[in-house]
Amino acid sequence: MYIAVKGGEAAIAASWRLLDEARRGDRALRELEVAQIREQLGLLVDRVMAEGSLYDPELAALALKQARGDAIEAAFLIRAYRTTLPRFAFTEPVDTDRMRVSRRISAIFKDLPGGQLLGPTFDYTQRLLDFRLLEAGSAAPLATPASAEPPPAVAPALKHLADEGLVEPAVPSAGDPEPDDITRHPPAYPTPRPARLQMLSRADEGWLLGLAYSTQRGYANTHPFAGEVRHGHVAVEVVPDELGFPIEIGEIELTECQMVNQFVGSANAPPQFTRGHGLAFGHGERRAMAMSLVDRVLRADEFDEEVTSPAQQQEFALPHGDNIEASGFVQHLKLPHYVTFESELHMVRTLRSAQQAETP
Amino acid sequence: MNAGYNFAYLDEGTKRMIRRALLKAVAVPGCQVPFGSREMPLAYGWGTGGIQVTAAVLGQGDVLKVIDQGSDDTTNAVNIRHFFRRTTGVSTTERTREATVIQTRHRIPEAPLTEHQVLVYQVPQPEPLYKLEPRRAEATRLHAYREYGLMHVKLYEDLTHWGRLDSSYDHPVLVHGRYVMSPSPIPSFDNPKMHRNPALQLFGAGREKRLYAVPPYTDVKSLDFEDHPFEVPMPEHACALCGSTTTWLDEVPTSDGVPLHTCSDTDHCREQREAAEGAPL
Repeated sequence: MYIAVKGGEAAIAASWRLLDEARRGDRALRELEVAQIREQLGLLVDRVMAEGSLYDPELAALALKQARGDAIEAAFLIRAYRTTLPRFAFTEPVDTDRMRVSRRISAIFKDLPGGQLLGPTFDYTQRLLDFRLLEAGSAAPLATPASAEPPPAVAPALKHLADEGLVEPAVPSAGDPEPDDITRHPPAYPTPRPARLQMLSRADEGWLLGLAYSTQRGYANTHPFAGEVRHGHVAVEVVPDELGFPIEIGEIELTECQMVNQFVGSANAPPQFTRGHGLAFGHGERRAMAMSLVDRVLRADEFDEEVTSPAQQQEFALPHGDNIEASGFVQHLKLPHYVTFESELHMVRTLRSAQQAETP
Repeated sequence: MNAGYNFAYLDEGTKRMIRRALLKAVAVPGCQVPFGSREMPLAYGWGTGGIQVTAAVLGQGDVLKVIDQGSDDTTNAVNIRHFFRRTTGVSTTERTREATVIQTRHRIPEAPLTEHQVLVYQVPQPEPLYKLEPRRAEATRLHAYREYGLMHVKLYEDLTHWGRLDSSYDHPVLVHGRYVMSPSPIPSFDNPKMHRNPALQLFGAGREKRLYAVPPYTDVKSLDFEDHPFEVPMPEHACALCGSTTTWLDEVPTSDGVPLHTCSDTDHCREQREAAEGAPL
């Protein structure tokens, strides 16, 4: 029993065994392999990498297996592992302009240099259940793989608008300072944009989506257009101290969204469109788009916009999006609270007897 | 046609419910009518309202045209056209003049419409006041009292800030002298086409669960001020394909840096070119 303090250790051991059994499910069926999760549940793996804030598809798949498919629990496992890793270098900023794109669309032009490339997308599937997938091995035959030739880099959709000055440039902060690291330094509000972007990039996808949606329904206004959404592989480079020049250490898969938003202008500055930026590990289009909307509304101070809505309020929008923190604290209510509860109980009894004494 | 699904996907009871809501919408032009919007097999924001309206009004003899951004061949238009071909078997067309039902997103066709046509708009945000009053219950009250001061103040602020009042797209209109209505995000260039249009104009917002309508020959006035009348922005280029100087144009960036301007209404553009080729020399 829960309250049997002496039995706590045995109870925990028993719950572990039950968890192992529940994870395994029907033993008549083959056990799920981590590689299968990595390859066939890739979008879930990507979400766990984003919210776990660690790029490692293998470990994210393992975490999902261990967590019985609970994405937040899996992200928690990854965060708990990540925190034990030494940080030995910063990479150079990844250059998404040089991304090997597997998908690239722009909603603001009918066509543009580099073309519109749909890639693998659910967008035009009409969401009818494909009952063929119920039977293993009966999926539609695979088309012959396209040529192994790597696709050429595609120029950013906003390039010529930015060159014309119609869209604000995306440039590093003055002096290109070393980025703040929210995992080493607790955020102090108001927090600068690099720290905000870090918080958003690992925030809960549902939270980001809800906040972003609220801005589209009138709770803060962004007037967004999807300037470009691209997904593909980018090179990761570091500059080792011994060498002094960048070397490529690998490739990661990213999704980037450049949202073009409401223009600003003043007596001194001609009107121009502004940007919201979203970046996600793996193929996370919904996440990158939502993040770009939230990034833009959180820039209210830069553009002298009135702060009226939750999505614009840093202290509301940012800390509550961390689902590891939120999940922990909401669920800590399962812990014993009988000492604090006893004091409340005592207080209520006292108040009631005082009130009854006053009533004639 | 897909076996296992009803004609036009929705069951007959649902289609009747939508038609009843549409009748109310036609009877009170420009007024948003709540309806029991269904979950559709396309994503919210991709035309679920327009698709439900089209499904409710489409008959076996109809000829359907679907456009997005004025064009029949944009992915979303192709997808929706395919959906209706699959679920109704009705014939489809790209020619505006041949269509009896036209579902559109973000444009009104350039060719004049007739009494025999229905134009179905996909509407992302039916509430014209939502940026000024995001609480829907309060906005409904403002409509009931015909209290549109907020909107006039907003237009006045735009005028003082930018020197112009037109909202570039989704510029609010007053329908039949009573309701302020969102024309859906069509360019304000298209707004005048709504005024006394012979075609029935139906508007569907699936996610927000609202329908509204502009019956044929109804007054539709773009909001403005007496001393600052609403003006239609005229195109600054000619279409590179048909030479038109009176149509809404797409700007297409090219690799040599010189953008190409072409008609957004691809059927109208084709018609103009055919007319020019067929003309006696």
